[in-house]
Amino acid sequence: MSASKLKFGIVVFPGSNCDHDAYHAAKHVMNQDAEFLWHKEPDLKHSDVIILPGGFSYGDYLRTGAIARFSPIMNEVITFANNGGIVVGICNGFQILCESGLLPGVLLRNRSLLFSSKHVNIRVEHSESRFTNDLTAGDILSTPIAHGEGNYFAEQETINAIEENGQVLFRYCDEFGEVTDGSNPNGSINNIAGIMNKNGNVMGMMPHPERACETQLGSADGKRIFESLIKSFILQTN
Amino acid sequence: MYQSTITITLRPSILDVQGKAVELGIHTLGMKEVENVRIGKSIQMTVNAASDDDAKRITEEACKKLLANSVMEDYSFTIKKL
Repeated sequence: MSASKLKFGIVVFPGSNCDHDAYHAAKHVMNQDAEFLWHKEPDLKHSDVIILPGGFSYGDYLRTGAIARFSPIMNEVITFANNGGIVVGICNGFQILCESGLLPGVLLRNRSLLFSSKHVNIRVEHSESRFTNDLTAGDILSTPIAHGEGNYFAEQETINAIEENGQVLFRYCDEFGEVTDGSNPNGSINNIAGIMNKNGNVMGMMPHPERACETQLGSADGKRIFESLIKSFILQTN
Repeated sequence: MYQSTITITLRPSILDVQGKAVELGIHTLGMKEVENVRIGKSIQMTVNAASDDDAKRITEEACKKLLANSVMEDYSFTIKKL
């Protein structure tokens, strides 16, 4: 972290396609430092936050995120996360975090079998995390989704644990904040849209906050997640 | 040299939406006798191993580490000496 700016390292896998959106959001909208990190170079270049962006890494072959998980940079990302470093996985990045074991569960094929690309509402579950500390429980964020495998699944025991630990940060909801089956775009258990690990330093979500940081794009709600993250570093420093 | 043939399927507790869609298609064809359609993957690979046990061990390791995700999938395999 330089004097006043965070450095976002955005990992680029073959098939990543939201890397530039994440870079734009971090660098130009949030006015932080940002750098692309090629997946073959095991060097995080002193980043404060690592973003695994959306896309179709390795063509989604075998399973989404399964092969990207073995890219050379992922050993560094796993070590970084295990040492408390902040890692955010968006969409395909969330799938990679699950495959790498940094987050529990897995993302199955959407219940509808259809690729779903639209704006959805997600409800903030609590503000006790560095990804939501500038938000309030019950806030509704309008964010885009674009995925075919976003159906969050884990064993019941795991679901109970992440619910009890407050690891669920976002749930799909209707315009009034009600968590309903009709507002669940992919069949995720308990309408789960985003979770963090037990230590609170790794977060994965299927919706794209980086694509919803400017009103010209239809919503600027995603910016509030980045603001929370930046605020958490400021709180940490003070 | 051995040939491994691996079959990967979604665990029985997981709703296989692809399988359900295909089942519906089969029923539409009039074959109402067909039930419990499950879609999986078949992976074939040759393994340079010194013995049956080695070929099994290597195949098992590939399944556990990459080919199947035990959160959602089961796997089984056969090996054949080439």
